[in-house]
Formats: sequence, structure tokens, C-alpha cells
Amino acid sequence: MAILVDKNSKIIVQGITGSEGTFHATQCLEYGGNVVGGVTPGKGGQTALEGKVPVFNSCAEARKAVHANVSLIFVPPPFAADAIMEAAAAGIELIVCITEGIPVAQMVEVKAFVDKTGSRFVGPNCPGVLTPEGAKVGIMPGFIAKKGTVGVISKSGTLTYEAVHQLGSEGLGQSTCIGIGGDPIIGTTMKDLLEMFEHDDETEAIVMIGEIGGSMEIEAAQYAKANVSKPVIGFIAGQTAPPGRRMGHAGAIVSGADESAAAKKKLMAECGIHVVESPADIGRAVKESLNKIEIGVES
Amino acid sequence: MKIHEYQAKELLKGYGIPIQDGVTIEDLAEAEAAIDKVSKELGAEQFVIKAQIHAGGRGKGGGVKFSTSRGKALENLKDILGMTLITHQTGPEGRLVKKVMVAEALDIKQEFYAAITLDRAKGMDTFMVSSEGGMEIEEVAKNSPEKIVKEAIVPGFGLRPFQARNLAQALGLEGQTAKQAIGMFQKLYKLYRELDCSIVEINPLIVTEQGDLVALDAKINFDDNALYLHKDVEAMRDLDEEDPAEVDAAEFNLNYIKLDGNVGCMVNGAGLAMATMDIIKQRGGSPANFLDVGGGANVETVKNGFRIILSDPNVKAVLINIFGGIVRCDRIANGIIEAVKVLDLNVPVVVRLAGTNAEVAKELLANSDVDLISADSFEDAAVKVVEAAKGN
Repeated sequence: MAILVDKNSKIIVQGITGSEGTFHATQCLEYGGNVVGGVTPGKGGQTALEGKVPVFNSCAEARKAVHANVSLIFVPPPFAADAIMEAAAAGIELIVCITEGIPVAQMVEVKAFVDKTGSRFVGPNCPGVLTPEGAKVGIMPGFIAKKGTVGVISKSGTLTYEAVHQLGSEGLGQSTCIGIGGDPIIGTTMKDLLEMFEHDDETEAIVMIGEIGGSMEIEAAQYAKANVSKPVIGFIAGQTAPPGRRMGHAGAIVSGADESAAAKKKLMAECGIHVVESPADIGRAVKESLNKIEIGVES
Repeated sequence: MKIHEYQAKELLKGYGIPIQDGVTIEDLAEAEAAIDKVSKELGAEQFVIKAQIHAGGRGKGGGVKFSTSRGKALENLKDILGMTLITHQTGPEGRLVKKVMVAEALDIKQEFYAAITLDRAKGMDTFMVSSEGGMEIEEVAKNSPEKIVKEAIVPGFGLRPFQARNLAQALGLEGQTAKQAIGMFQKLYKLYRELDCSIVEINPLIVTEQGDLVALDAKINFDDNALYLHKDVEAMRDLDEEDPAEVDAAEFNLNYIKLDGNVGCMVNGAGLAMATMDIIKQRGGSPANFLDVGGGANVETVKNGFRIILSDPNVKAVLINIFGGIVRCDRIANGIIEAVKVLDLNVPVVVRLAGTNAEVAKELLANSDVDLISADSFEDAAVKVVEAAKGN
């Protein structure tokens, strides 16, 4: 099962003729994903990835011609907001935007626009979605993940890889890994994904990696308390970050007391999430949670 | 990006919003002329001398002084220009005051608070006002949240007139003053949206004895992602107000923030960089910096990263933690070897490489003649670097 993407996803890449787009579209194809085409306005009729896939002028064209239902976006920041809206308007079911540096005000409008369509949107400024042995829609290094039962949700890129690496060391694979991005405005939230993982038969435990800034982790924890029966293992990065400083991600800034790592961890623990203090303990904590289920201590 | 009060006020003025006006100088030689100008052109008999730094709490720190005469104004100007101003936002080292605003003093009948910023949870901009002006808004939010009134702005529709009326009413304004407020609030939102601000804050927003609404202070920050759309705004950037090492790093696409510990860190990715700082602290050390070398780490970025980390004399050891995804670890290893050879390193360096080609990378480092401490895991790296910093 897994969530969001699998072998049947029909993937197009917006910005496929750019260098980033070409490189990563090739990687997604090599991973085994069903990349069915690309979109670059003005280059419709050409082919990309050494002739392997057709290029369309618009998402609507790609939707019609190759029945694309997933779009991966590598369009540069000045044009990315428009690209997301175009995909949503064309009825693309899942839109994943990798682009970093989109103005926040544009994202506010994009989110309002996409919410009115039936599309699900992940990102922007994120590593994307990876379902091991299914499909890779993003820039995660495919080889680090393997098929399994742990769902991974994270605001960060390389910290996700670290968590997946630790899971691998414990002999645990993943159902789906999602990097949701660390910008102030993002599409799919931690809560949305907790809900999907809860309903996914293949997922037995969920890793949720957050960071300072915003209140998304708290919203997710409160949701988990009432609605998630599977064990959730959480980590919050940035306990040493000083208030008022933006730590890399545009959203990673402590601007209120309840946006600090300590406050989030406390609330998550109160909601029944297994919060790990050290980022090196994520894999081990998941293993322990799953063992407890096996011996019937927890269910 | 942040700007000074005087620059924020210039922007407000451009949008037709009444401000407490004045003249800003950098040199004491211009002091008398500035006081003259404020007195003649603005008709001021009393003055407020205001230090221009990118930090709040200036008044409490002694950087804002009311002056009852031209003589007093000159005296206060001499005190403030060139002083090291320490506020709760500058840190204990304070900030050198290089610019001072000579402003007109106004008769204040009432003080309010007005601000616009993004409500992340709602995904909408929010216009907030409070009758508790001139105070720290965080304090008001904590102690009497009912005194903050908010209007959420629906994307694409702007601040509607009825919302501006609601805000004016929440402040208890009537008649002409209420009319002025409704106009001002709409102009403020226009400015916020058109210039891609991340915050516009007027604290205090005052009503004068004559019943006029005036922005006595102004703070405007901008969305860095949108600066490419606003070259005129970008031109207002004051590098004197930023940490030189951070400015240096930004030129090489490195995201560096100086902290006060002794373990330097070089990491790829913001989340992993924060987590690396956290684990250093948990193992008894203290991070000297946040440094994200980004996705395209290569020889040049590693070299510059080292140079910037080591420009901080507190650094006693360095931890390099790279998780190679698209970036290949062997390339990073070559970058480290080359950088170490070129730079004269006098602190121990712990290296942890994982992900793509990590094994090849470890061999490269082991077979090189550079002196590095190799770590196998995240945990191992943290323990080793904290130990190394203690021993150095």
C-alpha cells in the first residue's frame, strides 16, 4: 500500500528540461518510478531524458495525453508559484514542489488556490516523497531506504536521511518517507500525514521529525492523541537555537515561547508521542516501540 | 532582512502614513544642522534623539532620549552617537550606534500597538492591534491576550474596509481619528503586501493631543526570498548591523550563524545542522555555530566553511557531519583533505561521513596524510568532538 505514491503513479516533471529537472527526473526514472513526461512551456513536442519521455507545453496537455496524476516541480523560484497552481488547475492529484526560495506571500496565495482544488500538495523547499520499491518523487537518495513498515515524516532533508539510515541499521524498512519542507507556508502538514499513515495497512510505526518554529508539531501531536493508534516516535531539532534567529529553513525561527524545542517536546510527550532527546536515538526508539507491540505491551 | 527605524519611516511616508519625522545623521559635525532642520521644517521645540540599530529595547538601554531644548538635544546626541548600546536583543556585547535620528517630540494622548505578520497556522496574514501601546507585545500576549484584537486577511482580498473599521473600533477610536485609522490600516497592509514584508510593526502608534494618528516608531522586516523583486528595498540593507562572518558566509552560499560555544560545526542541511548542535550540547559540549553548507557541498564550500568557522577564536574543535545523498561523500572527503592542506589548522577535526560513497570516502581520509579524527556514527562523532574540544 504505502501512501501518496507507488508503482502506478504517473509522474510528470515540471521544469524537466532544466539541469536540476533533467538530473532528478533521470534518478526518479532509474529508481523505477513511472515517469511519463515533462512540462516546459514553449518546448512541447520535444523529448527529454535522452528521448525517453515526451515534453508538453502545459500540465493540462500532459494530463490529457499521458494521464499524469503526480507532478514533481523543479521550476526556478520566480515561476514556481505559477507552476504549482497550473498543476492544481489541471487536476494533478499530487503535486510535489522541490524549489527553494519562493516568496512567502506567493505561497499564501498558492495554498489558498490549491485548497480550492482537489489536489494534494507537498512542499515547497522539500526533498519530496519516496516509497521504497514503489516510486521516488523528489531528490531523496533512493538507495538509503528499503521497503518496510515505518512511515517517516520530516521537515528536513538530510535529517530524514539520517533517520532512515538509523532505521536501516536496526533492520527496519519504510512504507513511505515524506519531507514536507521547513518553510512558513507548506502544503501537506504533519497532521495530514499522520492521518494517512494511521489508515495505511502497511505502516506499523511513524517517525515524526520536526524543528523549532511554528505550531505544526503541536497540532499533529494533538491529532495523534485522539486519532492515532500506531506508535509515533518524535524528535524536534533546534533545542540549542537562539530565539529570533532563522536557522537555515525560513520557518525555523523561535518567535514565541511555544515554538521552542522544549515546549514542543513537552506537549508531544503529553500527547503520547515517544519523544527522543538525542537525534542519534531515533532508530533505536522505533525498534523498541515495535518490539513492545510484538510482545503485547503496547497496541 | 531588517532595516532601521528611519528607513521604515521613509517607506511609511511614501505610502502616505503620518510619521514622527526627523533627520538621521552619522557624524557629530552634522548635529547642529540636523537640529536646526527639525526645528525649522517640522516646527519642533522639543526633540527625541533615537539610536538607529537593528534591535528592540533601545529606550530601556538608554538609546532614546527626550530633549526639552536644542542644547539638551545636542548633549544627548553626543552621548548616543558612538555609544555601545546594550538591549535585551543585542546580547551582552551590545551594538555600536553609528546612526542617530533627531526626531520631533510629539504630545502623546494615547499609545496603541499595530502590526501585520503571517499567521503560519492559518496560512493567512494577520493584522493585530492593541490598546496596550509602547509595551512589549509578547508581554501583552502573555498577560492580557484579550487586549490584542486580530483580523485575518483572506489571500487575494487584502484588508477589507470593514476589517479596518473593526480594528479602529477595537481601539475605541471615534470621529476623525477613527477615519484616519481606517485609512492608515489599509495603507499599512498595502505596504506590507507590495513590498513582501515579513513584519510591519508600529509600536507605539499614537494619538496626539490634536487627535491625529501618528507612527512614533516603526519596524519593518522583509521576506528574504522576495528581495529579488525589490532592489530598492535590498539597497537599504545595512551590513554594519550584521555579523561580518555571517555576511562573508552568505557570499559563498553558506548559511552561518555564530553562537557562543567552542565546537565548530559544518553540516549539510538545516535540520541535520540543528540536530548536530543539539547532540553536541547533550554530550556536554557547546556549539560555536550553525553552518549549513547546502546541497552542493564541494571543495570550495568546505574550504570557506573551515575559514569562517576558524575565524571565531573560541573554536577548540570542529565537527564535520555530512550525510551524502545527491552529494557524494568521496567528493566531500577530497574537499576536506584539500582544505586542511591549504589552511593551517590548529584545532582537532572530527569527520563523520554517511550515505553515498561513504566507505570510499573513509578510505580516502584514512590514506591521506592529513590529521583527522574519523567517526562512525552520529553519536560517536559528537562524543569524539566534545572530548577533542576539552583536550585542546
